[in-house]
This record gives sequence, structure tokens and C-alpha cells, in this order.
Amino acid sequence: MSETATMAKEILSVKDLNAWYGESHILHGITINVRQGEVVTLLGRNGAGKTTTLKSIMGIVKNRKGSVMFEGSELIGRTSNQIARQGIAFCPEERGIFASLNVEENLELPPVVRPGGMTVPDIYKLFPNLDERRKSQGTKLSGGEQQMLAIGRILRTGAPLLLLDEPTEGLAPVIVQQIGRIIRTLKEKGFTILLVEQNFHFASTVADRHYVIEHGEVVHSMNNDEIAANRDKLEHFLGI
Amino acid sequence: MFEIFGLSSTALFGQLLIGLINGAFYAMMSLGVAIIFGMLRIANFVHGAQYMLGAFCAWFLLNLPVLFPGSGLPEIGYWPSLIIAPIVVGVVGIVTEKLFISKVYDLEHAYGVLLTLGLALVIEGLFHVKFGSAGQPYGIPPSLQGGQNLGFMFLPNYRAWVIVASIVICFGTWYSIERTKLGAYLRAATENPVLVQAFGINVPRMLTLTYALGVGLAGLAGVMAAPIYQVSPQMGQSIIIVIFAVVVIGGMGSIFGSIVSGFMLGLIEGLTKVFYPQGSSTVIFVIMAIVLLAKPAGLFGKT
Repeated sequence: MSETATMAKEILSVKDLNAWYGESHILHGITINVRQGEVVTLLGRNGAGKTTTLKSIMGIVKNRKGSVMFEGSELIGRTSNQIARQGIAFCPEERGIFASLNVEENLELPPVVRPGGMTVPDIYKLFPNLDERRKSQGTKLSGGEQQMLAIGRILRTGAPLLLLDEPTEGLAPVIVQQIGRIIRTLKEKGFTILLVEQNFHFASTVADRHYVIEHGEVVHSMNNDEIAANRDKLEHFLGI
Repeated sequence: MFEIFGLSSTALFGQLLIGLINGAFYAMMSLGVAIIFGMLRIANFVHGAQYMLGAFCAWFLLNLPVLFPGSGLPEIGYWPSLIIAPIVVGVVGIVTEKLFISKVYDLEHAYGVLLTLGLALVIEGLFHVKFGSAGQPYGIPPSLQGGQNLGFMFLPNYRAWVIVASIVICFGTWYSIERTKLGAYLRAATENPVLVQAFGINVPRMLTLTYALGVGLAGLAGVMAAPIYQVSPQMGQSIIIVIFAVVVIGGMGSIFGSIVSGFMLGLIEGLTKVFYPQGSSTVIFVIMAIVLLAKPAGLFGKT
């Protein structure tokens, strides 16, 4: 799969992406690309600009310059709802489960943007816990269940590219393993995933390639099999 | 006829009926204010003027042949007005939101209050210049004239209709927000508009349509009020302050809270008129003060 992935065409190509929050200049020319069917991680410390990169691709950070090409069309200048309709789905770091909606309503909220997404029964098969709790209020779930709901609800939309922002944050090791299995399953199903992570041990179990981000720039990139050789460098960048 | 606490049953139930009618209007009006506040975070002080617009719209439609003699326009009565006036007022709401209200979303709350209060003064001022302060009469539709003698009181048909209709409208609105897919978008966008937009929903357009819905409810209440209260430019001024007290008591942005508090406070006001008439115009504000002290988020508000 990884050999074919390296051959596959680019689905997302970010060039010289700059972004601002108010007056502060956060991203200083990020350049990354993701090929169809790949899982790519953005590694880096807190505040390095990983989340801002995802939010700028998604159009949630509006003040941005440079180029974000998705399946050959430019996303800079479009609003986040238009970008979502193009076929990109976003799972935020804070999970964004709606308290006023039950599990089922949360799951069915994001509109279908393209045919061929997973069906609700498929999603319940992937996340059996959610099936049992479909009438519970979204925020009554445990942290792990909320994370599964946050991932599950974007699989229905048919978007081929998933942006996952720190899906393992604050979760128990056994749940982290479960999330890892889910990401590998999604890759097998053909999803392309851009993942933000601080935990490179976890990242190395799911990803094909990694970019290291520091002060709003890409400072290093490597294939997953090079991670052991680059261990010292990574520990330096991630401040471990 | 019989007596309760030394009062004739007709007097007591008569006041309770007036209370219930007022409560029906409080509920329909504060419902719109609550929906708008929940979604747009705007305290819509122009709601009273929009209610007045609804009543005037019905009056215009009924008087088309008189206002435009020789044009051959027909008289459009109460029942078509119940549909047409809320749509007209809703469209006015869409324009108002696009031109004015959308400009203050990112500013402090105070700007929204100043803007909507200013708009209310301008709209009511223009109508005052045109129509003076005397009210325009609007008759009860022929099909709802007369009433029922219930034995302990006389119930006019039109008032019975207003109570039933407002309960249906309030329940229907509550149901569509709390129990439908469209309502789920509204609830989700109230909580986290940024994320809902990132799922592919056009949130700015949703804000506009939510405003139109809230304002349309005010227009509908205005039509229903036309045969009971006079159609006058200041009819909205007298109700809007009470409406905000009701919304605060119910809990800002709580749909259910605004409906229940609307009916409840109408009844309390009616009862106060029976037992302590001097206090009837202040009782709602006394209750508001007590609720704010005991439960600052309101009776049904989330803390």
C-alpha cells in the first residue's frame, strides 16, 4: 500500500502558506503535500503552528496567503463551508461534540458532500460503543467515546481527505491503541489523512510520512521508516 | 355566577382570561427574541416594532380599496393576512439583518442593543408621523365573532382562537427546533458556529434565516393582536420591555423557558389585577429582580 501511495497522485498541495491571528503572524510559509491514500502527520511542540495549518487549509483561519490546492482547485479565498463541500472533513482538537445534540444527532449533523461515504450502520460497526449510546447527550460520553464520535461523524460525509487534530490527546493508552487501529482501518478503506500529533511514538504506528513544524515552518520531513534514524533530531524538535 | 375570595367568578375568570391572552402574546414574542438571541447573540429590541409592522400590514391589506381607491385592489382579510403579513415582516427582517444587524456581530453586545433600539425608534417614529398616535380599528373576522357562555364566564371566540393558535405556534416552533434535523443545525450552530460552518453549512445564511423566522413570529403575533389591541405605532413599545423581562426570567436564549414564562407571567399579571391592581404593571419586573437574584441565568437558562 505504501509503495502504491508514493506513486499515487497528490490530493493536497500546500505551498508557502502564511497565516495570521489578528496581528500575530503564525505560519511563515508552510509547504507540504499529501498523496492519495496516505496518512501524513504534522509533528511539533505546542504552539508550533500545527493546528493553525489545519485550520488554514480548512478556511477556519481566514487571514491566510499562499496556495492550498485540493484535487487541483485552489482553496485560498474560499470560506470554510465551501471547502468542506469540496471534500475535506475536519475533526477539531477539542472534539467539538455538541451538548444540545444526542449521539445520533451529532453523528448525522455534518452534511454529505460526496457520494460513497460510510453509512451510519458501518460507522456503528466501527464504533460499537456509540451504537449503545445513540440516545445519550453528546457531552455525557467519556473522552474516548467523544473522540470516536468526532471521528465517526465525518466519515459519513464522503469527504476523501480527513484532517484530524490530535485525536489521542488526553486519552488512556488502551484508547490510543484503539484510535490507532481505527486510523489504519480508515487508510485501508482508502481515506487520505492529515494528522496533527505531538506523540511521535503513536504517529510512527499509523503514518507513512511526517513533517516536523517549528515556529510556523516545516523544519524537517521524513518517511516513516526513517523515524528511528532521526530519533535524536525529533526529540530535539519536540522537546522531549 | 359564584364567588371566590369575595370576588365574582366572572371578574376573576375575566382577569385570568385577559392574563392568558397577554401571556399568549408574551410567549409568541419572547419565543422569537429567544431564538434570535440564542443564534445571533443579538438582543432584538426592534422586535416590538416588527410586531407593530405585522399588525399594520394586516390593516393595510384589509384597507387596500380605501387606501388606493380606483385601483381595483381587493380587500384582503384576516386569514390571508395571517400568512402574508409574517412573510412580509420576515422579508423586512432579512433586509434589516443584511443591511444593519450583520454589521455588529463582531462588536460588543451594547452595539447590538443600541442598533436595534435605534431601528425601533426610527420605524415607530415614521409610523407615528404618518398615522399619529390614535389607533386604527381592525375588526374581529366574521367567522370568529360571538362567544361561548361557559356558565362561570363568557369566552369570546376570537380570544379562544388566539390562545389555541399561540399554543400551537409555540409548540410547533419548539418541536421544529428541538426535534428535527433543521433544528439540530440551529442548536449546533448556536453552540459552535465555526465548526458547523466547517462541516459545510452556510452559517451566515442561517443567521439571516433565523432572524427572519424570529421576526416573522413577531409579525404573526402582530396580526393576531390587531383585533384585540388597537393597531397603533406605539403598540410595540408597550410590549417590548415586558418581553425582555419575560426572556430574562425564562433564561436568555431558552426556547422552552420563554414559552412557559410568557404564559405564566401573563397569568400572574392577570391575577395581580384582581388582588392588587396597583401592582399589576410592576409585578413582572419584581419577579424579574427576584429571579435574577436567585437564579441569574433565568428559570430555564443554562449556567
